[in-house]
Amino acid sequence: MTQQLYYEDVIVGGEITPLVKQPTTRQLVMWAGAVGDYLPIHYDKDFAQSRGLSGVIVHGQLVGAFLGQLITDWIGEQGRVRKLSCNYKGMNYPGEALTCKGKVTKKYVEDEHHYVECSLWAENSKGDKTASGKAIVILPSRG
Amino acid sequence: MAEGASGVDKLRSRIGVEWEPRTYQIESEMVRRFARAVGDANPLWQDGIIAPPTFILAIGFEEFVEDVLSLVSFGTVLMGGTELECYQTIRPGDVITAIFKISNLRERQGEMGKMAFMTFDSTYKNQRQELVAKCRQMVIGY
Repeated sequence: MTQQLYYEDVIVGGEITPLVKQPTTRQLVMWAGAVGDYLPIHYDKDFAQSRGLSGVIVHGQLVGAFLGQLITDWIGEQGRVRKLSCNYKGMNYPGEALTCKGKVTKKYVEDEHHYVECSLWAENSKGDKTASGKAIVILPSRG
Repeated sequence: MAEGASGVDKLRSRIGVEWEPRTYQIESEMVRRFARAVGDANPLWQDGIIAPPTFILAIGFEEFVEDVLSLVSFGTVLMGGTELECYQTIRPGDVITAIFKISNLRERQGEMGKMAFMTFDSTYKNQRQELVAKCRQMVIGY
């Protein structure tokens, strides 16, 4: 378990430790089973190509879950995710590394909660942002 | 695909109409399987203590999508985006009731013929009737 992050530790403009993922077709099968998504574009190459894709693609929501992990790894056990959004802008293919990154955009106290806002994105090996999003989290304060 | 053959009008007539609520019993093995699929070794989920916020994605969405696909003849759907608001932590043993609806739909001509851009909204409550989460998914059918 990583060390607990506190509101006071966060600097606006600061970066979140990147998370590198290497989705494989096996992982797509595991995700399909875990969430019940059996759309053939995620396991049948011929079918995927018939829908205009160059091969089977990584489930968009799995990329969203990777960004979720980026955030929960960072905020630690006592942090809470309040909002998490993700737009899937490009296709991700199994076998390609995906690096999840984030940056702190805002911090504020409201209704006695310590909020931190971050922009998040996932980059493929070419550096293209294939997904981008935003998170709002509540962190503990040293008081 | 011939014009109108996708049956999008059937979906259009359901805009704003809530689907019947569906109830899901959350078990620690579901949470662990989800975390393993993500490749997330965080002991909070691997030990089945609580579920990660994105676990909401594993509750009811695919059943709803299957319902939608039974009404229209899309070749497939692609995810355009996800917006999740979390209010309560989900724990194994919780009983989550999910309600889905189509809140928006518009069609646009794409490279592969007509594409339907849909917005699906869902709310999740636990066994104490507390609001657990809200989710909005942007989905493209073609």
